[in-house]
Amino acid sequence: MTARSAKAVVGVDVGGTFTDLFWFDEAQGSFRVAKVPSQRGDEATGFIAGLTTFGPVSELASIVHGTTVGTNALLERKGARVGVITTPGFRDVLEMRRRDRRQTWGLWGDFTPAASRQDRLEVPERTLADGTVRTAVDLDAARVAARRLAAQGCEALAIIFINAYANPANERAALLAASEVWPNAHIACSSAILPEIREFERASTTVLNATLQPVVGSYLERLEGALASDGFTGRFHIVQSNGGVMSTATARKLPIRTALSGPAAGVIAAAAIARAAGFPDIITGDLGGTSFDVSLIAGGQAALTAQSTIDFGMVIRTPMIEITTIGAGGGSIARVDAGGLLEVGPESAGSRPGPVCYGQGNDRPTLTDANLVLGRIDGGKPLGTLQSLDVAAAREAIRVKVAEPLGLDVMTAAEAIVKIANARMAGAIRLVSIERGHDPAKFLAMPFGGGGALHAGALIKEVGLRGALVPRFPGVTSALGCVIADIRHDGVQTVNLMLDGLDAEALDARMVETGSEARAIVADAGLSVERIDVLYELDMHYLGQTHTVAVPLRVTLAHDTTGISEAVIRAAFEAAYGAAFSRLLPGIPVRIVTLRTAAIGRRPDFDLRALAPSPDAKLEAASRGSRPVYLDGAWRESAIWSRLDLPVGARIEGPAMLEQSDATILLDPGLIATVDGLGNLVILRS
Amino acid sequence: MTALDPVTLAVLKGRLEQIANEMDATLYRSAFNPIIAEAHDACHGLYHATTGDTLVQGTSGLPIFVGAMAFAVRAVIARVEAGAANDPGDTWIFNDPYDGGTHLNDMRLVRPVFRDGKLFCWLASVGHWLDVGGNVPGNFNAKATESFQEGFRIPPVKLVRKGEFQHDIVDILAANSRLPQSNWGDLNGQLNALDLGQQRLDALLDDYGVPTVEAALDAFSARAEALMRAEIAALPDGTFSFDDFLDNDGITDAPLRIALDLTVSGERMTLDFSRSAPPCQGPLNIAYSTAVACCYVALKHIFPHVPANAGVLRPITFVIPNTTLLGASAPKPVGGYTETILRVIDTVFGVFAQIAPQRANGSPYATINALSLAGHRDDGSRFVMFSFFGGGLGGNPESDGLNHGNNPISTATIPPAEILEAAYPVMFTQWALRPDSGGAGRHRGGCGAIYEIEALAESGADVFLLGERGKFPPFGVAGGGPAAMNRFVYDSAEGPTSPPMVTKITDIHIGQGQRVRLESPGGGGYGAPRDRDPDAVRRDVANGYVSPAEAERIYGLAREAAR
Repeated sequence: MTARSAKAVVGVDVGGTFTDLFWFDEAQGSFRVAKVPSQRGDEATGFIAGLTTFGPVSELASIVHGTTVGTNALLERKGARVGVITTPGFRDVLEMRRRDRRQTWGLWGDFTPAASRQDRLEVPERTLADGTVRTAVDLDAARVAARRLAAQGCEALAIIFINAYANPANERAALLAASEVWPNAHIACSSAILPEIREFERASTTVLNATLQPVVGSYLERLEGALASDGFTGRFHIVQSNGGVMSTATARKLPIRTALSGPAAGVIAAAAIARAAGFPDIITGDLGGTSFDVSLIAGGQAALTAQSTIDFGMVIRTPMIEITTIGAGGGSIARVDAGGLLEVGPESAGSRPGPVCYGQGNDRPTLTDANLVLGRIDGGKPLGTLQSLDVAAAREAIRVKVAEPLGLDVMTAAEAIVKIANARMAGAIRLVSIERGHDPAKFLAMPFGGGGALHAGALIKEVGLRGALVPRFPGVTSALGCVIADIRHDGVQTVNLMLDGLDAEALDARMVETGSEARAIVADAGLSVERIDVLYELDMHYLGQTHTVAVPLRVTLAHDTTGISEAVIRAAFEAAYGAAFSRLLPGIPVRIVTLRTAAIGRRPDFDLRALAPSPDAKLEAASRGSRPVYLDGAWRESAIWSRLDLPVGARIEGPAMLEQSDATILLDPGLIATVDGLGNLVILRS
Repeated sequence: MTALDPVTLAVLKGRLEQIANEMDATLYRSAFNPIIAEAHDACHGLYHATTGDTLVQGTSGLPIFVGAMAFAVRAVIARVEAGAANDPGDTWIFNDPYDGGTHLNDMRLVRPVFRDGKLFCWLASVGHWLDVGGNVPGNFNAKATESFQEGFRIPPVKLVRKGEFQHDIVDILAANSRLPQSNWGDLNGQLNALDLGQQRLDALLDDYGVPTVEAALDAFSARAEALMRAEIAALPDGTFSFDDFLDNDGITDAPLRIALDLTVSGERMTLDFSRSAPPCQGPLNIAYSTAVACCYVALKHIFPHVPANAGVLRPITFVIPNTTLLGASAPKPVGGYTETILRVIDTVFGVFAQIAPQRANGSPYATINALSLAGHRDDGSRFVMFSFFGGGLGGNPESDGLNHGNNPISTATIPPAEILEAAYPVMFTQWALRPDSGGAGRHRGGCGAIYEIEALAESGADVFLLGERGKFPPFGVAGGGPAAMNRFVYDSAEGPTSPPMVTKITDIHIGQGQRVRLESPGGGGYGAPRDRDPDAVRRDVANGYVSPAEAERIYGLAREAAR
């Protein structure tokens, strides 16, 4: 297979341990995958090394990147020092949060805000809730404050005024004045980042965006520099947390939108695979070293959430793929607590030192150690940079730390560790499905990442799922997602309009404006798209309620109008409210709180048949003999198959192990796996 | 019965907690009232068939309810033991504070779950309804002298009888509330939660069978009890005492003593509150069950890793005579119970600072400051702005106290200033941390807050406040200093004025352009101030948490060194 094509697009997902790449030739429908080690702090090296496995970088048409640079900077508090200019009396909004605490039980622990108090200054100004400017901003004071913050060592500046969502005039004037004296481009006002009511959420999002601007900016600069020096002249894009793609120019301005870039790409690919396979209702499970990320896809669509919390007091309010994370991964440590109960996670050995079997200094058993002892992982095969895994050490750790304290034999103890980890993963799946009113019996699990497929069978039983769908390349799902993701830009604006007697023309004009802006940004991204859809959603409620329901509007932007009317909105509201709650409240006035606009540049459909097995594949050729695997309390001889060599239509009965370079699939007894026309493995109960 | 294997035990623990959590989630989603929907002032769980003991509790509900719900179930069990019928398809409803309740807003639903014709356990749901009648909308009446002025009271009665919904009960409730529609929505949400809990529990029992699940439930309680006993056994034997005070009862300006004598003896503890003040005239009384529930909250904060079920309470004896304001009976008013339970929790913290300083934290700000501004907008429409406000948490062995946290009895968040300004004719002129409000210490107490509010309506606003800690500051522990006290000031013709009851007022009026200012307490400090890292003091001064003058006076930091 050749890598030479002017039409090649590469998805690059840089994770903590590996950089995964998916190379795709749109014209020929051919693809290649690659996996190279990541270099923490020098991601560009792994990135370029991965790209060159496909041939000269100069021959690539475009690169789409899912990154965790922003995520890591947020989690490790390694963002830039940020100065804040704000309204008198509101200097501490960022630090006061919404008056929460770290945990329900226990009053210990404090909080360090993303901008320290000495770097938050007040300047005379005040806007009221209805948008009236009560006190015009003192521009000289804004300049003085900006100079002082720069002198104190701040590298980015955020201007956050109370009620700026209702009228951004004071903020914009202050921004212009401060720009005159601010030494760099890392400067923004809150109404430009998130013109939405709720000062803490807006302040937190604006400040976290500012802390990332220098970090993500310089990262992208290094990457673009490295690509340019290798002769790359194509388009370079970044995946956003909402599962859409944006230009690097937008990413520099709104780096906060990369917070869940990597995982979001995976969910996008999962949704596409699920739709193509004819199973539009799936629950994805990405089992990494320390965490298990779960996301629900209903009707082929991933759910978006308006807000997410990175860590205590660090709120990001921007549309993101809804991903629930629990602390259960391959590196999760098993221990017996003081009350004699076995627990697995959330404490994790991560990838360094990693599980006991990695031989890198950890002596407490992990989930991976248990899977190895049970024969579910082949210890003789290389894994990344490790040539083999130390089964004896894993067994000894389980004996000392789990089996003896519980009075069990080692194999029973190892199986117990796996069962408890399964129970925790099942809990996360129940939360995202049942809590939102979805019946798990209609959903298939879609494991991706390296380890998830070992646990799919157990999750089917534990949660009562319909089955599982294992993608052809579970280990590079996020990289594949980069290639197939649409281009997307989201906007939000608090409007606070009563529905009764609505001035529909004025709202329409506003929607045309936000829709045109978003569409222009998508068009500017420069990737080929079939069309650009503009979608609108309103957050609405009955007057007096503080919570809202999301009301999607079935209108679009055409000929400078959306065709909106009071009746259209009321019908949409009643449908959405009725679906969320049992009864409508006739007679109570209805309010439109927020207008949400999304422009989506639809990429040409990715034909997943490109991934299908070769028509020449033969079942016999895929057989790799058998080996004993410990299942339900006994060693059982299990067939071993080379997963990628299985032909379309192959039917395998459990117990069996299906192996490929980036994942191992355990097919429990009582389950049957079939290879579908796209090369996916469909696992159902027999 | 044979002991269960550890694996089944762990899996059942997860599944049972999941059931309670799903019940919580169901009510939050379907409630109409933001105090439940957003502030999560609700709770769900599974309770023992004959003792009412808490078996499994949701993890997201309000902490104070976790200890209180067993008493609610016991109130129903007592009715059944006295001869009331108890059938499949029944659901009980009540809010009686003197019979398993807390205050009148907290409406409880209790449902028996039968298996093979035998009572297996109880499911219960509690949620804070917005209005249950009485003299004051929302029911925080600082001047109530009888519970009749606080709202309607319902003893345990059947809302559903063998599956048949008793609409006449709902009609009575609806006729006695200012907000029947909101209550109706919440009631349906609570019923949804019970329905879901029952379905999930049935499925679990189908999977595992009654004997296995029963054995697991016994094992969980035994485990919590064993952990609690082990924790107590590690404490030194002896009797330790701590007294704290409420400012007043809102009627008479005299302090009310809350006194705890805690005796550790081997694996057991006795919490004796006999020396506390007698029942008071105003709404600061609480019932016995509420007092036990808040001790449970205090112990769970001190021992966060002990599981939340009735086993925790087995090694503990309570002495709470009905001659004290902590064992009050009808019709003594209880509407301000939040303040009293916070003080009881403080006495437990105060005692543990003596017994086990390595587990202690300085007192949190420990007042909910229920503040209302009410009046009319310029268009004539009526408004009531009602909220609880935040303050500092105590310094502790691990860290400084959290700035602007919520109270130990709650996990509720505060509405944003922008939401309040958009909804009511008010303007916040300060929403800020309060410097020098955290108690001094090796680990400083967290800062309280300053909220200053200007009335924008032509007709101004009436102001109501039910708070505490205006005369007795949150204390420090292990050598730490006290925090700043609660302070309330309003503009009047005489200039800035503080009310006679310090933290409790009704019937004050401010005019357009006039302001009220609430300065909430910080948290108490932990450890001697002289042991504080000088760099931390310098950071405090640079960030304005501590003024240069106080840094010099308390920490001995020379002013030039602070620069």
